[in-house]
Amino acid sequence: MSTGPMNHDIHALSGAYAVDALDEAERAEFERHLIECPTCREEVDDLRETVVALAGATAVEPPAALRDRLLADIRTVRPLPPVVEPGIRPVRATRRWLALVAAAAVIGLGAVTWHPWTSSETPQLTAVAQVEKAPDAQHFSTRMDGATLTVYRSVSLDRAVLVAHDVGAAPDGKVYQLWLQNPAGAMVPAGFLPAGPSASVALSGEAASATAAGVTVEPAGGSPRPTSDPVALVAFKS
Amino acid sequence: MNDLRPVPGGAPEEGAPPGADLAALLQRSARGDEQAFAAVYDALAAKAYGLALRVVRDPAQSEEVVQESFLEVWRMASRYEADRGSAAAWILTIVHRRAVDRVRSAESASRRDAAYHDRNQPISHDETAEAATASLEAHRVRTALATLTPVQREAVELAYLRGYTHSEVARMLDLPVGTAKTRIRDGLIRLRDTMGVGNVR
Repeated sequence: MSTGPMNHDIHALSGAYAVDALDEAERAEFERHLIECPTCREEVDDLRETVVALAGATAVEPPAALRDRLLADIRTVRPLPPVVEPGIRPVRATRRWLALVAAAAVIGLGAVTWHPWTSSETPQLTAVAQVEKAPDAQHFSTRMDGATLTVYRSVSLDRAVLVAHDVGAAPDGKVYQLWLQNPAGAMVPAGFLPAGPSASVALSGEAASATAAGVTVEPAGGSPRPTSDPVALVAFKS
Repeated sequence: MNDLRPVPGGAPEEGAPPGADLAALLQRSARGDEQAFAAVYDALAAKAYGLALRVVRDPAQSEEVVQESFLEVWRMASRYEADRGSAAAWILTIVHRRAVDRVRSAESASRRDAAYHDRNQPISHDETAEAATASLEAHRVRTALATLTPVQREAVELAYLRGYTHSEVARMLDLPVGTAKTRIRDGLIRLRDTMGVGNVR
């Protein structure tokens, strides 16, 4: 059973993911990949639509008592409110976009599955909330042009998230790429800042040992190493 | 992704509200409307139970899976995003994940026995079609499944309807490690293209 990184052909897992045929390690790995791969996200959504048609051919009426039990159950359960990312003013962006950001943040932690298409009884804590609530949470802020960037890090969770406000659009054909600096001083790719004025995103990589987080402007698709000086850089003090 | 729209997947089941209505009912459920939720359940209960039964086998446990899944649908209804797909896909995805998690968390010993048993049983080529009725939807599924290669079809069925991982499917079908996932994906893509389901963008 594979447990290690599978980056070489991770896109090929989309079908197996859509039918829940990945083992736990692969599922977590692929869900991290989904944050950064809109192509796979769309393919998974698409293929799920397809497999549901298969379910249509296997319908079996459940006992009537099941309906009664369920309808009795729901009276005792309060529906969750919509996802609203703390710290982001909903009026600034569409709800749709906010939901995407929240979903991306949640995926990053891997604590819950690819919300909202899969299930979890775990209370919905976004990555930001989880890191913020960690007993050893630290936060570091900086400015990037007119934007405010705050990195939250928890060493015990080995996670960092970036919360950005008032971000201007990246130049045409460019993206804001995120980096974590490892103890050897090298910048390691940690994901991308989603388009839009406000964003919360989980940084991938080893946050606990990182010494800094940075943002550079890179060609669309990103770079394996920074090709320009960072437009923002925050040093972690431990 | 704002322009994704679910496409009506052929003729709706008799008595089942069309996709757009189901999404609207789900929205009302999110606001605590129990009648709307009951309508969502009525529209999908047979599919959900049939699916759980396929994966889990045991009727009592399948009922539990359906009950827990729909309770989660009730709780999570506000998190459904209509532009990512149909309400039916969202709900049946929850049911399937729960069914699969249920069989995988069952004792690994009995699970290994089952895997051994399955490896040594001829696999029914009509796993899906056997349960299909004369409905238009079942006919579409049957026709689409017939376009798959036997290996693609078995891989899709073992994964989706029996809840095995792609690595287990590879062993059961004597495929080289790592190729079952490709068969599953190729099979699903062909089904999608044949049945014309999925999102248009």
